[in-house]
Amino acid sequence: MSSLAAAAPRAPTHHDDRTFVQKYIFSTDHKIIGIQFLFLSLLFLFLGGVLAMQIRWQLGFPGQPMPGGGILPETMAPGGVILPEYYIQLVTMHGTFMVFFAIMPLLVGVFANFLIPLKIGAHDMAFPRINMASFWTAFLAGAVMFASFFVPNGAARAGWTMYAPLSARPDLSGADYGQICWCISIVLLGLSSILGSLNYITTIINLRAPGMTWFRMPLSVWCLFVTAILGLLALPVLSGAAIMLLFDQTLGTHFFDPGAGGQVLLWQHLFWFFGHPEVYILILPGMGMVSDIIANGSRKPIFGYHSMVFAIVGIGFLGWIVWGHHMFMSGMNPTLGSTFMVTTMIIAVPSAIKVFNWMGTMWRGNLHFHVPMLNAVGFVAMFVIGGLSGVFMAATPIDMHIHDTYFIVAHLHYVLFGGSLFALFAGITYWFPKMFGKMMNEPIGKIHFWLTMLFFNLVFFPMHILGMAGHMRRIYDPTQYEWLKGYQPMNHFITLAAFALFATQFLFIWNFVWSLFKGRKAEQNPWRDNGLEWTLPNPAPHGNWEKVPTVYRGPYEYSLPGAPDDWYPQSSKLPNDREPAPAPAPAH
Amino acid sequence: MRKFGLVLAVAAGVVGLGAARQSRTPVQGGTVTGKVKFTGVKPAMPKIDMSDETVCAKKYTTPPTDESVIVGPAGGLANVFVYVKAGLPAGATYPAPATPVEIDQDGCRYHPHVLGIMVGQTLAIKNADGILHNIKAKAVKNRPFNVSQPTSMTTPRTFTAPEVMIPLECNVHGWMHAWLAVLPHPFYAVTGADGSFSLKGLPPGTYTIEAWHEKYGTQTATVTVTAGPKTADFTFTGK
Amino acid sequence: MSWWLPLKASTFAGEIDGLFTAVLIITGIAFVVVEFGLVWFSLKYRSRPGRAAYYTHGNTKAEIIWTAIPAVTVVALGLISNHYWKQMKGRDSVPADSYPIGVHAKQFEWQYTYPGPDGKLGTTDDYTIRNQLHVPVNRNVVVILTSEDVIHSFFVPVFRVKQDAVPGLTIRAWFNATVPGEYELGCAELCGMGHYKMRTRVTVHTQVDFDAWVKTQAQGGSE
Repeated sequence: MSSLAAAAPRAPTHHDDRTFVQKYIFSTDHKIIGIQFLFLSLLFLFLGGVLAMQIRWQLGFPGQPMPGGGILPETMAPGGVILPEYYIQLVTMHGTFMVFFAIMPLLVGVFANFLIPLKIGAHDMAFPRINMASFWTAFLAGAVMFASFFVPNGAARAGWTMYAPLSARPDLSGADYGQICWCISIVLLGLSSILGSLNYITTIINLRAPGMTWFRMPLSVWCLFVTAILGLLALPVLSGAAIMLLFDQTLGTHFFDPGAGGQVLLWQHLFWFFGHPEVYILILPGMGMVSDIIANGSRKPIFGYHSMVFAIVGIGFLGWIVWGHHMFMSGMNPTLGSTFMVTTMIIAVPSAIKVFNWMGTMWRGNLHFHVPMLNAVGFVAMFVIGGLSGVFMAATPIDMHIHDTYFIVAHLHYVLFGGSLFALFAGITYWFPKMFGKMMNEPIGKIHFWLTMLFFNLVFFPMHILGMAGHMRRIYDPTQYEWLKGYQPMNHFITLAAFALFATQFLFIWNFVWSLFKGRKAEQNPWRDNGLEWTLPNPAPHGNWEKVPTVYRGPYEYSLPGAPDDWYPQSSKLPNDREPAPAPAPAH
Repeated sequence: MRKFGLVLAVAAGVVGLGAARQSRTPVQGGTVTGKVKFTGVKPAMPKIDMSDETVCAKKYTTPPTDESVIVGPAGGLANVFVYVKAGLPAGATYPAPATPVEIDQDGCRYHPHVLGIMVGQTLAIKNADGILHNIKAKAVKNRPFNVSQPTSMTTPRTFTAPEVMIPLECNVHGWMHAWLAVLPHPFYAVTGADGSFSLKGLPPGTYTIEAWHEKYGTQTATVTVTAGPKTADFTFTGK
Repeated sequence: MSWWLPLKASTFAGEIDGLFTAVLIITGIAFVVVEFGLVWFSLKYRSRPGRAAYYTHGNTKAEIIWTAIPAVTVVALGLISNHYWKQMKGRDSVPADSYPIGVHAKQFEWQYTYPGPDGKLGTTDDYTIRNQLHVPVNRNVVVILTSEDVIHSFFVPVFRVKQDAVPGLTIRAWFNATVPGEYELGCAELCGMGHYKMRTRVTVHTQVDFDAWVKTQAQGGSE
């Protein structure tokens, strides 16, 4: 331990003489790395949205030439009419881009990197150069994945879940180089994630400032900590599976080929053993940020801090034993259907605990609805719907009807968009001043929130109805089915609402870009927040503090009776505060 | 699979060759003509049930049948691909024509059922039905492909290597099959219901002519072309 | 266009729909409590001059209540669901008297092999039809699912029955159709570019009509 602390980054004791490339391109500063992830993943978020608009075009206007579709090659959309094989590339890559290159790096790559050292009082991560490698591997992975659209025969097309044998057989799927690109990209991304997790875990365990005990850490850090452990253990499984798939395609192995001793279901078990912890990776950091922001916006301590920690750890643990609920209809032993149903039902409980605690935080608070608070409360409202719809699927007999229908699509978008993305809008707006020294525009932020909330629900709520009707997923043309023809007006409506939803995001893009250059200069602590990061100037300097602060209290001491103001920073000393016990080794 | 016997008959003839005054494509040159006959028991061709594809089903007044063995009224075997397998002068090159070869999907059947194309020539895949077909080309020497055509459209494809035969199939309509041969020269033909074929413009030499049928396999004949027409006949027997 | 679940045309449908309604009521109550609570708190506790928040770190009793109630509810739901799950999909759930139909899935069609007049699969009077599923009403039917190439999924919404067809596995799924009529099946697992066109016409016949249909089919099946 002491050797590790001795190797921890030191405060800059000299004038910062890094070159431009060292400062901004190949930077080892966790804050710059976080911002690099921000730009990369916002780009992929936008691209993922563009793919979604094409999917919705085909569903809303089946077989019609798409406006602007003329720029696409004949192999994808001759005359602008989307071909079935392009449609399933769109569906596959929309999921892939959003899960792996948008939400995951936005929540983890951005906020774990940016917030952890700041919120625990460290100069930087434990391994700054490994941290830099984590970004550039993700960048390379993204480039490979993007390139897969442009290789002969186009991108992978077996869904983001890449089920074998369709994914392993170019003669059955039509995709060869694109499938190889997907596998390579995922292995690189897994590496990026693992490198990041190593940093986050080590930093949180070893580099907390004096007085920053485990139970004085903000919930955002707790969530990022558990997320990092999930990532460290889950991504290797995905990478292993992707390598096996790559070998089946290129080296003539038969891991997933039943004709030669392989097992088709092996892919699903491996993928979902990763895939379920992955979805908790995709929600936990958002939950953590929402906790910080709701406490701040309510000017009240988080209700039930210890229960919240218990719930976070509970979700992290239970997340490993529910993966079979993605496979109820797969042909696996039906007894497993029973066991996974039980564990899946149980995992609803810690999420319920969190929702009630957020409500408890708002109860009898002094609610300030700044833009982050709006988005955070929006998160709770939408996440609840997503979580509750999950209960239907967990009941396996019901799942027999709704599996692989739009009911699932509705559920996953309520938790990923209604949940994670609203949390991201909250988090980006909240920590924008810390990153860039400017404030985002408040009125535009509010309009963006309300319009997004409106259109989001108009797009995804009707999908529950479609799913109940039995509308299958990943279907190029629902009008092929007599029973689905009657739902075409609903598909049409969803498409129009989706176009409006996408258009609304330009408000956020405009706000973000404009504020970078012309935003109002931010005061040091615009949200009057207790976190350690707000004791630093905006933007925070390289190395963060000259001298690491000492922590005297928890992160949510808002409206403390007797305090001069309704907030009390973690590092401000009251006359009665005791100094923390000496650390095992000096942190600086 | 039925076994079949093999009977081969060859007649000799001579065709005069003028010396080529222009060095353009040899329009004159030897010709090999012939007939492919079928003897023996004609297999019963099952009906194709297209009832769940109404767009196609209504194009037929009587239900369509499997087309893997089509015997004409005079005993000719149709859809036999006859081509020069060997014997062309070494180093001879034949430029691919600019006009494409067309294959159409009409009534959920490929038209033609058996076809030839030259290396580098464009295959224009048409979809007269206007409903989803996919064309899966299970090529080995060429790049295999699998493209869909959800509406009436034409998809062009070219081939880089000689290959006899590339199976084509539609996975949406499992009865749809066609056979495509890619050749580096233009000396090929597909027999009609009368079983006749004609290979024109061959320079003098000794050639191996092969006749290919999807069910009855291949037969070869050796023909020496000097002057005058040559004949090569083939007979396939069903049991 | 229905806003609810489709026509109930099998013995599973009533049970599944009942379970669905029960879950809807339970989750509906939770939904109303949370959303109403959020809106109510947002309005009632919004910041006004002179307002102070109530400083508290929580309430253990509340934690226990809102942990226990969801826990008991989901466990109960799980136990009830499991009862039906075992009946519908359990290892020994297929009734012994089920009428067998072989279902071979491939890109992009379904091949149905019927046992013919002798009622047994694997005998010479079997016949295979593409994309048409015919079953007698009120009889237990077991589909024996295989796949030629990739994973497909046998899904008949009005029967509420779904089961993946997996290459290398032979999977049995049973149902009992209760309403004569014409319905549809769709493939419910992405299987390639023709996935959207992998449908089947499903006909539920009265027993008399079914027997007559079997007789005509056995005489001259088509490709």
